[in-house]
Amino acid sequence: MTLKAQSAQKTETSAANIDSSVVRDIVIDSTAVENSSVDNKAQLSQQFSYRHAFMLVLKRDLTIAMRHKDDIINPLLFFVIVITLFPLGIGPEAETLSRIAPGIIWVAALLATLLSLDRLFKSDHLDGSLEQMLLSPHPIFLLVLAKIFAHWLITGLPLILIAPLLAVLLHLDENSYTALFLTLLLGTPVLSLLGAVGVALTVGIKKGGVLLSLLVLPLYIPVLIFATSAIDTAALGLPYSGQLAIIAALFFGSLTLAPFAVGAALKVSTN
Amino acid sequence: MPKQTSTPLLSAIKLTCIREERLLFDELSVEINAGDIVQVEGPNGSGKTSLLRILSGLSQPYDGQVDYKGQAIQRCREDFHENLLYFGHLAGVKGEMTAEENLEFNLALHGNKTTETLAYLAKVNLAGFEDSLASHLSAGQHRRIALARLYQSKAPIWILDEPFTAIDKQGVASLEKLFSAHAERGGCVILTTHQDLISIKPEQIKKITLDYSYDSAFD
Repeated sequence: MTLKAQSAQKTETSAANIDSSVVRDIVIDSTAVENSSVDNKAQLSQQFSYRHAFMLVLKRDLTIAMRHKDDIINPLLFFVIVITLFPLGIGPEAETLSRIAPGIIWVAALLATLLSLDRLFKSDHLDGSLEQMLLSPHPIFLLVLAKIFAHWLITGLPLILIAPLLAVLLHLDENSYTALFLTLLLGTPVLSLLGAVGVALTVGIKKGGVLLSLLVLPLYIPVLIFATSAIDTAALGLPYSGQLAIIAALFFGSLTLAPFAVGAALKVSTN
Repeated sequence: MPKQTSTPLLSAIKLTCIREERLLFDELSVEINAGDIVQVEGPNGSGKTSLLRILSGLSQPYDGQVDYKGQAIQRCREDFHENLLYFGHLAGVKGEMTAEENLEFNLALHGNKTTETLAYLAKVNLAGFEDSLASHLSAGQHRRIALARLYQSKAPIWILDEPFTAIDKQGVASLEKLFSAHAERGGCVILTTHQDLISIKPEQIKKITLDYSYDSAFD
């Protein structure tokens, strides 16, 4: 009986998502029999769920960002400044501006994301929180995914919300607004996900800024090409679902692979 | 009551560590059982922190391996991390969060309960500071926030790198008391410190002494 209960307990801790109340009952029985060892109790108190761990890190990162508003404002301000400077530099002809609008908006979004990437792991690395996360019993990819999602909420989402307003300044074609919104919605998470891999690799280096851009920018180019192409195609009134599908593929590809790559890179960087 | 098991809680097998082309230690084997308090000694730069980081799995040794209950720690990562509490040079405390939020996060991150955090903060003399941002507190208080975790932790293995840094005399005494209690409960403590442990009996302490060697690893 005791042996059985022990093995049932192991199954539960290793596969937290299998929720079976029968197993839990047996576990409680087994502790009544042998409640002497320290680690037995520890295992019981750690019936953590993946969702809980994800929300924990997400909430923490958002709290920090709300108290440290530079993180939110700086990339956004950069985005706004770059886009408003272009009409001043090029001149107000609607035709030229609407021709280059998709490129300007996307390049600005890309650089704004690049600017904000450094904050993703740097401060955690400097104050030791990163070590603690790596030593947590929760899977690393989950914590990393929560951090990346928080980063996107802080930097990507505001860009998406403000981009249509700035597009007006650039005389973006009326038909392109939906395409602009959709490409940004699918594309900015890719920027955060791929960028996180670069940051994770360079987090241990004192001045990794240049190296980070060299590593990350080439990976951003496919997103840039297909996003601007989708917006241009939309302006001509043609279907742009092909380009969107490719960006979506990039998104799901990086969503599934990047967190693991980031986890591995962080282990190497903190070694 | 120390628990005697046949397999040691944590064992290092022939560890070799090389940093900056300098051999820090070579073929170091240690067995740490439940109830042990292990003090790692040695001058600055002798590899104390490197050893603790290798034991906790944060760094990879050049050669050798670390076993948790007879199993390599890379193979039982989740199980090992559930039973490990590592406290490094850096406290892992966020300046933007309050003392209580920091403690709650650190506890939850390691799968501990987050109730009664105020009581644990009171134990490290931080009662009344729970709503202060950590960045507004002193260096010692900063570290105390991280150390408050020790009072709640159910993990049997404690690896503590210089836990007494910036802690006042009273704080050191109560930490030492906590270490002995933890060892008696069947846990083990591995720590580095340049201070002598006063209130723990010398026969209770195992010592690992690392020498500073000038030998280059690659001649």
